Amino acid sequence: MNDTFELRGSESHIEVHKFFPGAVFGIAVISLVLQRILPVYLPRLEILDLPLLATIYFGLSRRNPSTGLLLGTMMGLMQDSLSGPTVPFGEYGIAKTVIGYLASSIGSRLDTEHPLARFALVAVFYVVHQASLTVVRRLLLNQAEGWFNLHLAIASLVNAVLGVILFTFLDRLRRSS
Amino acid sequence: MIGMPSRHRSFALLAGVLLAQVLMLALQVKRDSRGRLIRVWSMTAVSPFEKGGAWGFGKVRGVWDHYFALQGTTRQNEELRTENDELKLTISQLQSKASEADRLAVLLNFRQSHEKVPMVMARVIGASAGTASHTVEIDRGERDGVRRNMAVITPDGAVGKIIESYRDTAQVLLLSDKEGGAGAMLVSSRIQSPVKGTGEPMLSMSYVAAEDTVNAGEKIVTSGMDKIFPRDVPIGTVLDVKQGNPFKQIRVKPAARLDRLEEVIVLLTQEPVNFKNDAEAQTAQPAAGSSASPASGKPAVKKP
Repeated sequence: MNDTFELRGSESHIEVHKFFPGAVFGIAVISLVLQRILPVYLPRLEILDLPLLATIYFGLSRRNPSTGLLLGTMMGLMQDSLSGPTVPFGEYGIAKTVIGYLASSIGSRLDTEHPLARFALVAVFYVVHQASLTVVRRLLLNQAEGWFNLHLAIASLVNAVLGVILFTFLDRLRRSS
Repeated sequence: MIGMPSRHRSFALLAGVLLAQVLMLALQVKRDSRGRLIRVWSMTAVSPFEKGGAWGFGKVRGVWDHYFALQGTTRQNEELRTENDELKLTISQLQSKASEADRLAVLLNFRQSHEKVPMVMARVIGASAGTASHTVEIDRGERDGVRRNMAVITPDGAVGKIIESYRDTAQVLLLSDKEGGAGAMLVSSRIQSPVKGTGEPMLSMSYVAAEDTVNAGEKIVTSGMDKIFPRDVPIGTVLDVKQGNPFKQIRVKPAARLDRLEEVIVLLTQEPVNFKNDAEAQTAQPAAGSSASPASGKPAVKKP
């Protein structure tokens, strides 16, 4: 991944963060691996979506819609490929592409460094992500899928809390510009 | 690497990536009994155009066929009419043959069930030239052993007698002819009386005393007294009875279809023929108080 870029025009007042080389790739891989490993030992952690959190974080930080959506695409497709043969390629890919694009688009307009903002954004993005998955499953895969339930609300809150925590640690991977 | 794209470029990229993934999904997903999703989409997208095209072509073709390409229609119509007539004729012939096969099967069955009774089957090849007489011509004659005064029957019942026999053909006088008739008796009461033709479809039974009881629907069979028909060949059924003095006037409906004879049986003997009909039941219960004379000297055939 490209770790350096710049902003122009009206978006120049928003700080664009850079990361150490390989940080984005490493975080992406680690999130995918943990996403597969953690539920094996701690089934309750299945509620977490670490690749989503990574996508949101890098989208918000890098603030470039194109790279954000491409990162989301790659994360989603990797998640699809690791989810077994019952999950077709593109199911998570589409959802995370949307999230990557939205996160980087919003990140280019808003200050997303505050924990409360991050909490709210992660919670909202989680719901949007699940909504995207539901659309894909209902319309493209012809699967019966509910739109909203208590589990979704709890999961969005849990992931938002975890996101705020993780993002704080991930901030340390930034290079000072 | 990637420079900063414009907002439109990033949106276009988003659309492109999403589209690519949707297509990728469509290539993988297989819906039940409808094939892969990409095929479903393709068919859904293309089918309206196909329908529209087919509709348009159909209209154009219809206009062409109905207004511009009628040059050979009249000739074709005539050919089809001719072919249709030929087919109708063929169907009629086949139906006739099937009907004939059925009738012959009945005759054959009758013949096989009376193997010991000498008889010959004959085909009706002609009828009387006028309405004054009720006769038919058959394709059996002296060469087949057919002689005058032999009985002619069908599996349904008595038909008439041979009045002339030629080398290969013979003439049959039907029961319905004014000169036709047979010795008969009522099955239930055993009353004997000749049945005569009237020149009409129905027969008449004469010389039944006014005090005798005869009911409509009673069966009438041959008595054997005329020395032509063997005993117990069905003649017909009492249609109605009118009181008279000194005799009743009884109309009889023939058992055999005398107006539609096509195959008949000529009995070469007067031996009794066992007809399978419900006359047996009536024979077994003769009416009480009957003034019937006893049956002819020949013993009745024991029914199986």
